[in-house]
Amino acid sequence: MDNKIEIKKLIISSSPHLLNTDSTKSIMWTVSIFLMPACIFGIYVFGLYAGLVVLVSIISSILAEIISQLARKKKITIDDGSAFLTGLLLGMNMPPSVPLYIPIISSIFAIVIVKQAFGGLGQNWANPAIAGRVFALVAWSKQMTTWQTPFVADSLTTATPLLALKSALLERGGNVNIGPIQLLQSLPSDFLRTETTYLKLFFGYKGGCIGEISIFLLLLAALYLIIRKIITLEIPLSYIGTVAIIAWVFDGTRFGLGFFNGDPLFHILTGGLVLGAFFMATDMVTTPITVKGRIIFGIGCGIITMLIRMFGGLPEGVSLSILFMNMLTPAIDRFIKIKPLGFYPKKE
Amino acid sequence: MNKSFGFRGIHPEDYKHLTNKKAIENTDVPNVVYIPTIQHIGAPPKIVVNVGQIVEEGQLIAEADGFISANVHSSIPGKVIAIEERYIITGKKSPVIVIELNGEFKKTGRNIILDDWHSMSKEALLKKIKDYGIVGLGGATFPTHVKLTIPQGKKVDTLIINGAECEPFLTCDHRLMIEKSEELLEGINILNKILDVKNIFIGIEANKKDAIKRLKILTHNKYPFKVVSLKTKYPQGDEKQLIKAITGRIVPVDKLPMDVGVVVQNVSTVIAIKEAIVNDKPLIDRVITVSGSGIKEPKNLKVKIGTLIKDVIEECSGFKKEVKKVIVGGPMMGFTQMNLDSPITKGCSGILVWTENEYQDFLANSICINCGKCISSCAFGLMPTLINKFIRNKLYEKALDYGIMFCKECGACAYSCPAKIPLVQTFRMGKDIIRKLILNKK
Repeated sequence: MDNKIEIKKLIISSSPHLLNTDSTKSIMWTVSIFLMPACIFGIYVFGLYAGLVVLVSIISSILAEIISQLARKKKITIDDGSAFLTGLLLGMNMPPSVPLYIPIISSIFAIVIVKQAFGGLGQNWANPAIAGRVFALVAWSKQMTTWQTPFVADSLTTATPLLALKSALLERGGNVNIGPIQLLQSLPSDFLRTETTYLKLFFGYKGGCIGEISIFLLLLAALYLIIRKIITLEIPLSYIGTVAIIAWVFDGTRFGLGFFNGDPLFHILTGGLVLGAFFMATDMVTTPITVKGRIIFGIGCGIITMLIRMFGGLPEGVSLSILFMNMLTPAIDRFIKIKPLGFYPKKE
Repeated sequence: MNKSFGFRGIHPEDYKHLTNKKAIENTDVPNVVYIPTIQHIGAPPKIVVNVGQIVEEGQLIAEADGFISANVHSSIPGKVIAIEERYIITGKKSPVIVIELNGEFKKTGRNIILDDWHSMSKEALLKKIKDYGIVGLGGATFPTHVKLTIPQGKKVDTLIINGAECEPFLTCDHRLMIEKSEELLEGINILNKILDVKNIFIGIEANKKDAIKRLKILTHNKYPFKVVSLKTKYPQGDEKQLIKAITGRIVPVDKLPMDVGVVVQNVSTVIAIKEAIVNDKPLIDRVITVSGSGIKEPKNLKVKIGTLIKDVIEECSGFKKEVKKVIVGGPMMGFTQMNLDSPITKGCSGILVWTENEYQDFLANSICINCGKCISSCAFGLMPTLINKFIRNKLYEKALDYGIMFCKECGACAYSCPAKIPLVQTFRMGKDIIRKLILNKK
């Protein structure tokens, strides 16, 4: 009886009829939610002003997205979470005491110039958060390299471990014959105001950007996202692996310790490597689509990061390396082809 | 260790618990059957009955036209009341022979056993398989006698029985392996007589533990068949993936399984072969799974070919709630139906009735976010995201270059796509255009 009413409503569509429940939207929001613990830890360590930086950066990203989509006469898609995620990542990549106009302008640059001007989500040529951070780093290099001491409310400036290391090496002219951890421990306490041990570096008691300091919380979040298959392991592993190998083989020479005497763990635990490798270099839009391509991407990021850390004028090279490899991604995708199953090139 | 075809593929939820414990039931015989002549891949057969003619159960009503074609038989005794055009489950039209029930069943319910097949020659066995209209029941409906005829100069040393049933929801092969295991083994013996192979494997996905166990016990020390447990992964049941998983051999893109010395037959097909040879029964019925959250009583049913979908649904006590989609076949490769008036054909393995519980739609103007999930799910080593972009931008030569014609439309890429892009639909369209524009010219 009631069959007849329902027959009219039958939906006709192409197979497959079963779809995965993951959507672009759910992926963006899941990543955002799982970045929160590390972000909140940063606010706990550096104080509420750091929270304001993140908040301002998120709000300006979303507003920039709305305005540019209005201007482009496109549907407003802030509910897909991509603008939120860009703002969150950008905020997490800001020094805790940065003046508020910097996250505002960088967010606008990231969303309007890098993302919407090229056609919006899926068309951006670089990770907007990375491009925004590099833009800020170049435009306001002083403010972007002024660091706050953990747990000190009066915003006493300090140095990040990598910055302190670079200047100490410059001062002492290389050949110190001790590893990076010992070198940092030997520094006067008014220069680097925190004690440096592997554990403190791992749990985030150090100077740095708001969201990058707690390696522990970032790895926990990454673990979940890997299990959920939202992040694939190719880039983080090849990136961090390359950094570790180069650090182990070559980095000892900076300290007068010779080859094969570097400290890979120090390089993994400092700077934005873990945040970058797991959460920014894995941005789907701007990384290669094949496994092989992603491994090349990761290795490239690792090499550039270590070149900058060892020889560059900047102490840190994660964002620059990712930005550079983002630009190489179309070329990688063009040359890395997958061979169809059972396909053999025809002999002529 | 469960064998598998490689790293790619997808792991959809299988939903088999709805029907995998339910024994196969017989359906009521319909008063009228609608038997399409086009039920297989190949040339359409010629109709050999007239309106008004009285036919017996199992009588030939349409005759194969050429080698790659298949006979069609009447599934009930009765009178041909019409020959008409009708939509069939694929959404295409086919001539349909309408038969009204009248008379006595000579096959169904009779226990005919001809055990003289051991003395029959290879050729006689093959001829009977051809005469009795056996086609691949896994869904592809390729005429079985063609697959079993090995041309001069080619050697086949391996027979694989496909019990993977990797499509979610479907459990008909699973139930057959449990309830008709002896018939299955006898069917394999018949196939072995025709092919005379060295190795025989029965490949079953690991989510059918009871079937694996039962066949292992039955074959132990009695038959030289190896029961292989396969990793539960889609598309494990694809012919080429199955061959790769079990034998490690890779079938070249432009070749057939027999070119690497393998013949694959589906479980249902093997049982149909046994019934044809031993019980003298043409292919006039098959087992299907009726499942999904919209059906009151999900079941495994033995259905006469030509029964309408609505009669089968009636058999399962009808719909439970508002129905969104009715799919014939599996959820990954099946066809949606516009109404319930199409008849069951040899290739139907299931009827799925979906409500909003399972229903998910593709997004029309969704944007690819380059995640590459389609690439890591394509077991055939294609790059669906790029092919999709090529087709959308009318770069057909490029799509051809990236192997669009090797796509089996298994749907793994579209399943895994977070942007919900209807990839398979684009590929079908693209293949059609490429066939017309490029391949036909060459």
